[in-house]
Amino acid sequence: MADKKKKDEDGGINFNPELLDLLAKFQEIELEDFELEVKDLELWLESGALPRQVMPQLKVAPALKGKPTELMKAQFVPPVETYAGKIVEVKLGATKSEGGTRGRSIVIGGETSPAFYTFERPVVHPPVVTLDVFDMALPLSKAVKMHVKDVIGDPAAWAKLAVEKFGADMVTVHLISIDPLLKDATPKDAVKTVEEVLQAVDVPLVIGGCGDPVKDADVFAEISETFAGERFLISSLTQDMDVERCAKFVKKNGHVALSFTPMDLNLARELNRRLYDFLGKEDIVIDLTTAALGYGLDYAFTNMERARLAGLMGDIELAHPMSSGTTNAWAAREAWLKMAPEWEPRELRGPLWEVTTALTLLLAGVDLFMMMHPAAVKTLKEVSGQLASGKKADASKCAKWLSVKP
Amino acid sequence: MSEKKKGKAGIKELSPIDVYKLLPKTNCKECGEENCMAFATKIVNREVNIAKCPPLLKKENAKAYNQLKEMLKPPVKEVVVGEGEKAVKLGGKLVMYRHEFTYTNPTAIAIDVTDDMPEEELLNRINRIERFSYEYIGYTLKLNMIAVRSTSGDPEKFKTTVKKVAEKTNLPLILCSLNPNMAEAGLMAAPKAKPLLYAATMDNWKDMAELALMYQCPLVISAPNDLSMLASLAKTLLAYGVEDLVLDPGTFVNEGLADTLNNFTMLRRAACKAGEELAGFPLIGVPMVAWVDKGEAADEVVKWREAYLASMLIVRYADVLVMHGADGWSLLPNAVLRQNIYTDPRKPVAVEPGLKEFGTPNENSPVLFTTNFALTYYTVASDIENSKTSAYLIVVETEGLAVDSGVAGRKLTAEKVADAIKETGIENKVKHRKIVIPGKASRISGEIEELSGWKVQVGPRDSSEIPKYIIDKWQP
Repeated sequence: MADKKKKDEDGGINFNPELLDLLAKFQEIELEDFELEVKDLELWLESGALPRQVMPQLKVAPALKGKPTELMKAQFVPPVETYAGKIVEVKLGATKSEGGTRGRSIVIGGETSPAFYTFERPVVHPPVVTLDVFDMALPLSKAVKMHVKDVIGDPAAWAKLAVEKFGADMVTVHLISIDPLLKDATPKDAVKTVEEVLQAVDVPLVIGGCGDPVKDADVFAEISETFAGERFLISSLTQDMDVERCAKFVKKNGHVALSFTPMDLNLARELNRRLYDFLGKEDIVIDLTTAALGYGLDYAFTNMERARLAGLMGDIELAHPMSSGTTNAWAAREAWLKMAPEWEPRELRGPLWEVTTALTLLLAGVDLFMMMHPAAVKTLKEVSGQLASGKKADASKCAKWLSVKP
Repeated sequence: MSEKKKGKAGIKELSPIDVYKLLPKTNCKECGEENCMAFATKIVNREVNIAKCPPLLKKENAKAYNQLKEMLKPPVKEVVVGEGEKAVKLGGKLVMYRHEFTYTNPTAIAIDVTDDMPEEELLNRINRIERFSYEYIGYTLKLNMIAVRSTSGDPEKFKTTVKKVAEKTNLPLILCSLNPNMAEAGLMAAPKAKPLLYAATMDNWKDMAELALMYQCPLVISAPNDLSMLASLAKTLLAYGVEDLVLDPGTFVNEGLADTLNNFTMLRRAACKAGEELAGFPLIGVPMVAWVDKGEAADEVVKWREAYLASMLIVRYADVLVMHGADGWSLLPNAVLRQNIYTDPRKPVAVEPGLKEFGTPNENSPVLFTTNFALTYYTVASDIENSKTSAYLIVVETEGLAVDSGVAGRKLTAEKVADAIKETGIENKVKHRKIVIPGKASRISGEIEELSGWKVQVGPRDSSEIPKYIIDKWQP
């Protein structure tokens, strides 16, 4: 006891692993074998130091079935599964030899495991990012605007910036000026915009409409024919459009349809069934609607995760690559609003909002991200690259966080 | 790990009949339900606890009670950290995928403090952690725990720090050290606090096990990127008598990201789908590994990395996270994400359309409209409520779409707004004929005026500005 007290005063506690090992065996021995009060014992236990003099008695104790003294080996068997289904591979963009003008085409889909279950199977085609380019000025959050202010209103320059500086794999040309309630630009105007962007960059393009089902169909028709063979992703075909007409001109001119439905897997299946009459499976990408973090991301996440799992289980109507309008993250007020000082700066909070939305959906299985902020794009590409890389963790560094001084 | 396979029924496989068979079948209604079958259904849906059935608690039904308890045991054990009101429950997960059943026990977020922080800094940091609070559609988002690390390497300092922290806050603690001397020093400073002890490893497990037993605290077992070692440690510690375990398969950044997610995913799948008992414990993630070897990177960059690592771990099964970055901008997205992921997946996307009243509106009160997308509605409703203004809100059926996507997708049209004005009977409740529309629906303002005959005032693009808008711009 005296020993123990002294050690405490010195501030160093001699916590010898062997002692506890012995203590383990000691537990089922009658306590009256020792000249000790239980109270004393508790004191020792608190400090973990057991006086030397009791040790001989402990050593003679018979081996007990109580606490283990050696590590009990167990084998972890990775829970690997196989799936009946496979996600369809869809090619976006076409090179000269493929009938278009792009520098390269990009294949998405093809997965045979849930997103990044690389313990099961390696990633087939890593996710792809397409950056938003708008054909006219529109309200943008401050955090986004600061990066694109020089190119607003000039879609070709914007597209160049997106590809050359921000690392976009693809570019989405949003033809919002065709909206009858905005500028009501004509299909010919839209063709001109697309032509400019095609000249400015050599990546595959997504062609975005304004949301008016009639006007979009007219514009998509004109663009599809003018640029036959480019394998654009036409964004998007919806239930309230003339589906037959749209699907036909998409197919005839060798493009890809983005089949868009509002947060309902049954509607998604239904629209796909209508499209199958005219389009091949390899001509369809699905968009199940993206809601922002804080504004329905939970619905979007679960919808997409379910769709991907269903596709892998053999539901062919959902076994399509998924696209996400991740830019919708900026619809959340927390992404752009100036808030109380403890939540600032919004220049970081905003793009992180987009990153969080994107990474959540990355893990649900999204193959194509339509995004906005350059920092969010960079992070998403880095992360999906790392996840698909097949590189291993360096376990030796793991415990360093315990003592790191940031 | 496979030898201990038990084939526990997942939530999907468990039917009310299975439960009903074991109930006393007295239909006594003492539980408050009409009959035993109704009670069984609620049990399966995890809406009530079996302890609510008085006859089941009688001695003669002990066997059935125990069978039921075993049958209803979640595949991931629930582990409680801390004491009292702010104690945190970790794990207790019933399912792997969110759509299968509501996730229980939202990921606890712990922020670190160290034992060589000057006292003032320490107290300020604790204060900030405790005060972190964000109001979000009727929920208050908070931080949950404090992780105490030893950067001094001195057990006495650690002890003093843990003591100070435990005196200052009721938040549950995580004591972080692989050195049993240090761990014990910390435990002595807060012997009744039931902190989470981090961590037992292949090298120190006996000492840590003893400490966990002595102080009756839950214990993390750590085996970086080695799930067989993790399983071995779990098996050993269970045999040792330590029942409340938390698993740490390691958190890695950059090249290690794939292994990190794979390990978390494999453990959760093994627990939920294969009934592997040794994997059936809460999982701890440590996004603060982003601070190791940070090199020349700016603090903001590291906080950014740490934040997105945390997001991925919230989605992929972490039950508790240790973080260093404590800034609002980096924590808020994760606080919201956690709330989102842990909501009931069966909750409908849409709310009932129709007329809602706020405060005590009269014939001069403002009339606004919004869509029936649940999140849009709750956001607008909470903004109006907070303003203490009396108002009418027309909820327009948009098939559960928000304002902007509703307008874009033609689900929110002038026709629908005009119809809603008619159907809700608002014309009999107010004298004026003015409606404030969402800023994001400004495109259809002209059409609404034409079709409804009401004068349209285009309101703010974000509902947070509604209170100010009503004060500044509303004239009946």
